[in-house]
Formats: sequence, C-alpha cells, structure tokens
Amino acid sequence: MTSPHLEPHLLEAERRQLELTWGRRPGLFGWLADTNHKSLGLRFIFTAFFFFFLAGLLAAAMRIQLAVPNNTFLSADLYNQFFTIHGTTMMFLFGVPVMLGMGIYLVPLEVGARAIAFPRLCAFGYWMFLFGGLFLYTMFALNVGPDVGWFSYPPLAGPEYGYGKRADVWAQLITFSELSSLVVAICIGVTFLKMRAPGMSLNRVPLFSWAMLVVSVMIIFAMPAVMISSTCLIMDRLVSTHFYNQAEGGDPILWQHLFWFFGHPEVYIIFLPGVGMISPIITTFARRPVHGYLVMVLSQIATAFIGFGVWVHHMFATGLPQLGQSFFSASSMMIVVPTALQLFCWIATLWTGRLHFKPPLLYILGFFFIFVIGGLTGVMMASVPLDLQIHDTFFIVAHFHYVLIGGAVFPLLGGLYYWYPKMFGRMLNDTVGTIGFWVLFIGFNMTFFPMHILGLMGMPRRIYTYPPELGWGGLNMLATLGAGLIAVSLTLYLINILVSLRSGRVAGPNPWAASTLEWSTSSPPPPYNYEPGPTVSGHEPLWEGPPDQPVVVGLATHKREVLITHVLDAEPDHVTEFPTDSVWPFWTAIATTIFFIGSIFTPWAVIYGAIPVFVTMVAWFWPRKGLSPGELRRRIERGEHTPLEQVL
Amino acid sequence: MTTPVINVAPLPRFAFHHRSVLWWATMGLIAIEGTMFALVIVSYLYIKGRNPHWAPGFFPPRLRWGTLNTVILLASCVPNQFAKKAAEKLDLPGVQVWMVVCMVFATAFNVVRIFEFRNLNVWWDSNAYGSVVWTLLGFHTTHIVTDFLDSLVLTVLMFIGPLEEKRFVDVSENAMYWYFVVLTWLPIYALIYFAPRVA
Repeated sequence: MTSPHLEPHLLEAERRQLELTWGRRPGLFGWLADTNHKSLGLRFIFTAFFFFFLAGLLAAAMRIQLAVPNNTFLSADLYNQFFTIHGTTMMFLFGVPVMLGMGIYLVPLEVGARAIAFPRLCAFGYWMFLFGGLFLYTMFALNVGPDVGWFSYPPLAGPEYGYGKRADVWAQLITFSELSSLVVAICIGVTFLKMRAPGMSLNRVPLFSWAMLVVSVMIIFAMPAVMISSTCLIMDRLVSTHFYNQAEGGDPILWQHLFWFFGHPEVYIIFLPGVGMISPIITTFARRPVHGYLVMVLSQIATAFIGFGVWVHHMFATGLPQLGQSFFSASSMMIVVPTALQLFCWIATLWTGRLHFKPPLLYILGFFFIFVIGGLTGVMMASVPLDLQIHDTFFIVAHFHYVLIGGAVFPLLGGLYYWYPKMFGRMLNDTVGTIGFWVLFIGFNMTFFPMHILGLMGMPRRIYTYPPELGWGGLNMLATLGAGLIAVSLTLYLINILVSLRSGRVAGPNPWAASTLEWSTSSPPPPYNYEPGPTVSGHEPLWEGPPDQPVVVGLATHKREVLITHVLDAEPDHVTEFPTDSVWPFWTAIATTIFFIGSIFTPWAVIYGAIPVFVTMVAWFWPRKGLSPGELRRRIERGEHTPLEQVL
Repeated sequence: MTTPVINVAPLPRFAFHHRSVLWWATMGLIAIEGTMFALVIVSYLYIKGRNPHWAPGFFPPRLRWGTLNTVILLASCVPNQFAKKAAEKLDLPGVQVWMVVCMVFATAFNVVRIFEFRNLNVWWDSNAYGSVVWTLLGFHTTHIVTDFLDSLVLTVLMFIGPLEEKRFVDVSENAMYWYFVVLTWLPIYALIYFAPRVA
C-alpha cells in the first residue's frame, strides 16, 4: 500500500515539526532540562573522560613516585589518597559511566527507537553521576580524599582506624554512582525490551545492544550489594552499629563477601560493553556478518551468570574453608569458556573476511593481544596456591590493567573512533589514529608488562616507595617511561577529536558502509532519530534489507510519541507519549546530593534531607496536561474511551 | 516502486501489564529492591552464624506488634487488589474509593511500625545482632514509608487531576509494587521475630 505520509514535501514538513517537538529549548534552562538520549549519552561520555583524565594525572604522579627507589615526590599519605582515588575513579566514575554513556547514545539508535525509555530518569542518572564525582574531587582537594583502597576494607576503613571523614567520602560516592548506574540500567533495559523497531525479534538485535542488556541486568543484581555494604559501613562509622566489628559479634569478612559479590560482576559490567563494541567493528571492517551470532549472545549471558559465582577468588587469602575455595576456583576457570568461544567466533570472522585495517580494527586487534594475556594470568590466579603467592603483589596490578585496559579501554577507544562520525558528523584523521594506536600499544605493554615480573620479584601493591637494594628500580623506571607513552598517545587521540570537530572530512550517514540501523540516519542524527521509523528483516539490515522494506508511519508529530513493541518478536503493540524536557530531574539530583552529603555528617539529614527530595520528585512526576477527574469520568461513562480488550 | 508502510496511528495509546514500559520499570525496581532485601537477610544469617547464641544477650522482640502489623499488611492486599481491578476497568470512582482505603491501611501499618521498633528489646549500637535487626526493620520501614508517600501522591492526583486514561496504568503498577512491599515483609517478619526464638 502507498502512503501519503511518504510524499516528499509532507515528509519534510513532518520532520520540521518533529524537530520542534523533540528538540531542546534554548538557553541554560533548556540545557539543564534536556532529556534527549544523545545529549545525555555524550554528557556521560564527556564527563567520564574528564574523570579519566584526572585519574590519569594521579596515575602519572604515582609512576613518577615509583620510578626510582626512595623517592620523595609524594608523601605516604598523599600516595594512599592517590591510589585510592585513582582506582575509585577508574571503576566508578569512568569504567561504568563511560560504557553506560555509549549505551545511552547507541542502544535507542541501534534498535530504531525515537528515544530512550524514561528519559527524565536517565537525565537524573547523569546529574547524580556528575555530582558524585564532583563531591569526591572537592573532598580530595580539601584533603579529605579516601585513602583506604578502592575496596575500602574494614577494619582499616572502620571507625577504629579510619578516622576523619575520608572513608565516608568513599562510601557515599558509591551511593551516588550506583544510584546513577541503577536508574540508567532500567532505562537501557526497557528500551531494549520494549522499543525495538518492528521486525527486530530478539535474534536480530545488534550485539552491542545485547551486551548492554546483559550489563543492565548485571547492574540490577550486583550494585545493590555494594550499596548495602557501604551503607552499613557509614552506619558503623556514624551511629556505632557493629556490622564489621568482631568484638561485638560482627565480622569484617562480611564486608569482603558483600563487596566482591558486587566487585567481580563489576569487572564484567565494564568488560561486556567492550565485547559488544568488538562485534560491530569486526563485522564492518571484515565486510561480513559476525560468525556465530547465537553463540555470541549466549556467551554474554553465560558470562553474566557465572560472573556472579566467582567472587570468593578475591578472598582466597582470608582463610575460608578449602571446599568452598575449590568451588570458586573451578567457577573462576569455567568463566574462561564463554569468553574463549567469543574469541574463536571473532577469529573465524576475521579469518574469512576481507580486512580493512582502519584504526578501529587496530584497537580491536590490540584488544586480542592484551586481553588474552590478562585472561591467561587470570586463569593462573584462579588456582588457590598460586594466588596465595602473588596476592597483593604487582602481579595483580599487571593482571587487572591487562584485563580492564585491554578488555574495555581498547575496545572503547576503537568504538569511539568508529562511532565518532555518527556522533559529530565528521571523520577522524586515520594517520593520527594509527600512530596513536601504536604508541598506546607499545606504551601500555611497556608500563604494565614489567609489573608481572616486579610482582614475581615480590614487590607488593600500595607501597609508596622501596629501598634500592631490592633491585626493583630498573623495571619501575621502564614502567614509568611507558606511562609517558600512554600519555602521548591519549593526547594524540584528544587532539584528533578536537581538530576533526572542525576540519574532519564530512562523514555522511554511513561512512564505513556498516550494516546496523544507526547508520541509516543522518550524522549526527536529528533529535527524533528516525522519520519514517525503520523496520528490519535480518541481523544486518543495511546490508540485506529488501528494497521494499516497510517503514513505520502514524506517530504524532506535535507530541513525543514512541512505538512500543512486543518483547520477543517486536510486533507493534501500542503507542505511548513520552514526557517533555524538564528541569526537575536536575533539582531532584541537587536535593538528593544535599541529602547524601549531609548524611555522612549527621543521621538527622536522612529525615530533613528527604523533604526536599520528596518535593522535587512530586514536581517532577506531576502531570501538566489532561482532563479534570469529572471530565474523564464523564467521557468514560459516555463510552468514549479506548476499548478495554485493546489494552488488557 | 512504492515503499510499504506500517501505520501505527490506529494502535491504542496505552496498555496494561507487561505490555506497558511502566510494568518493566516496576519489575526492574522490584528486582533491585528485592536483591537489597535478600542481601540484608543474608547478612543477618551470616552474623547469626558468627554468634554461638542468638539473640546474643537480649530477649527476642515482643511478638504482639509485629504480628499485628503482619495482619494489617496482609489485609491491605484486599483494597489494593480492588484498586488495581478498578483501574483495569477504567473505573475512576472505584479507584478513588479503594485507594483511600489503601491509604488508611498504610497509615495504620506505619503507625504500628513505631511500636515494633519500641519492642525490639535491643538498640542498634548494642551489638551486631541489634545492628542487623534495626537495619532489617529500618530498611523495610523505608519501603512502607515511601510506598505510603507515592501512593498518597497518586491518590491526590486521582481526585484533582489532570488525568488521562494512561494514569490507570500508574495505579495498576503502583498496586504491583504494593504487593512487593507486603510480600517481602513475610520473610523479614519470620527472621526478626522467630529466628531468635528457635535458635
């Protein structure tokens, strides 16, 4: 059937109207009120990289301190704060939020939706993340930076040893960042499940979106553990509860269980989005669909499940019963299987494809090299006797930087390079990109490979200096020089991004000739993403869609209507109206920030602080349009309502 | 050649249950909060396992108020179900009446909760047992207080507007969350009041 909706002049008029309906209002308030997923995604990414930069400076300072024996560049106390804030920032203010930012930006586009589900909630998540990070660094500037390690073990972090407010700052930062992640997980998960384009059944969803769904589910079940444990820590410190106090029947090991029940899934929460970015990049630059789509999806899900059953391998040195240790040793080895399956599928794809060695693909090949080394040292540590030898040495530091930088940062840098043209409409410079990649690859290995050897030589983590006669000086100097190369390469990346914003080649909708839906709309996409709405009939819609692929029409243009589809087969179900932009999520986040910060100083803030939170939330939720109850009732009594059989 | 279209204009503008995005968000919230409850319960059992006697050094909480509150919470499911069913028939007067009844119940179980705290027979800073009992009860209390407040806002909205048909979905999902808050109470009640008695 033909449709008047698709007449070119009418389509143009509709797009102009949609631009007004979905666009941002002008001015500061328009900016604060913005709920568009593309602005929010970019804000998450930009803010996360800002914190990445700060944490990188801390790392550089630590490398300078360790470069030579008996160095006095940093005091012991500053060094403690530096490594704690470096780790805390990288996990909570960079690793998770930057990946969520990519998901917020890309998942609605990849599934062909107009918006992200619950856009105001997503905006609230951004403000909580930003305020949490600012809170941490403000306190750090006031010499109240946490200094007890990124996992903040009691009794060191408890009331007995962790005096002042330093450990409280850490514990409350967790509340900020986990609240942010949890609400964003809901937004991304519901977008995936209910807002996919017609035809995009579950077995046709792009693999990056699948990864973000799996990550959202992991966040929902993992993050509560650290919120509970850090709340109990604050209560131990503020109102004298005894959760972690052995003398009064508590147990510091309870902290470790709760923390690592969150902490190990956290690794996969950071790693799986990286995995999700690898598949589309390989698909595009090998010019063929990824091999083993179903294996890929099931492996991600399997990783998520097994990821919840390995936490005790962080606690082998605590003297737990041997039978329990064997179980966790086995599960820690088992989790290699789904990851290896994905690696084999990627290798098969690369092997049978026609490769184009553009920088995004180089970053993915770098991932293969580095992540495999990190994965193999991980298997080594799953073995209890070996773990006891290398526990708390630099070997561990080397291992988790190989896993997290190799597994998450390399794919992320590749992914940003790949999606940059979509986000900003311009291409990055490939020469600078290629040079930057090689400098990073060499610098990374130069920095972190020697740490394996240092760990085996007995160098412990978290020491601020060491005497010359231990013989650790040479390798430490090598690592510090490597860190300088990492800084050079990241500076090149940044310059490339900034210069290309103005002078990069104009990208057009699909500069890589890629296959997924986001490449069918303009670069950058309009505020409403698609008009008319897309439908799909396969994994790679832009490669294999038939010429008469249907499009979706009939959504209102003067209000923010979106199509809701069925979970399994994405059949059109109903249409719902999304809320307009609102500044109230911002005010709610301000009120919540006052509540959170107040409650590390006095328990009464929990009562007083809740009042403005309640008021701002009511202002947020209260509808601005509709009928009076009498009018609605009369309309329903006259039978002028949606037939019940359509909505039940 | 003409492009075929799927015209979604005739589709309904809201839907109940798992068809609605709100249902999925509510389930997500229930999963988050349910995990939190599970972890506090696990912490209770962990600390219990670390202590040879339970409750260490104190009398168990008095049964009277906790049991009374269990009855009130379970009874509140009746008006809650009527409010949910009225919403799913787009019956505004029914929704108004049953939500008010729900608010009466919610007021009652929040007030009785004060007496529960007063009859725990232990303070949060007495020992780890006291800490975890207060946290368990306190954590559930934050849920009944916030559920009271958000239901109150929704009740007021149903009386003064502005309203649309899709607000009935809000009422239906609010009822789902109510069930969650009531049902999580049962294992917590069993732990707080009976674990110190059977151990």
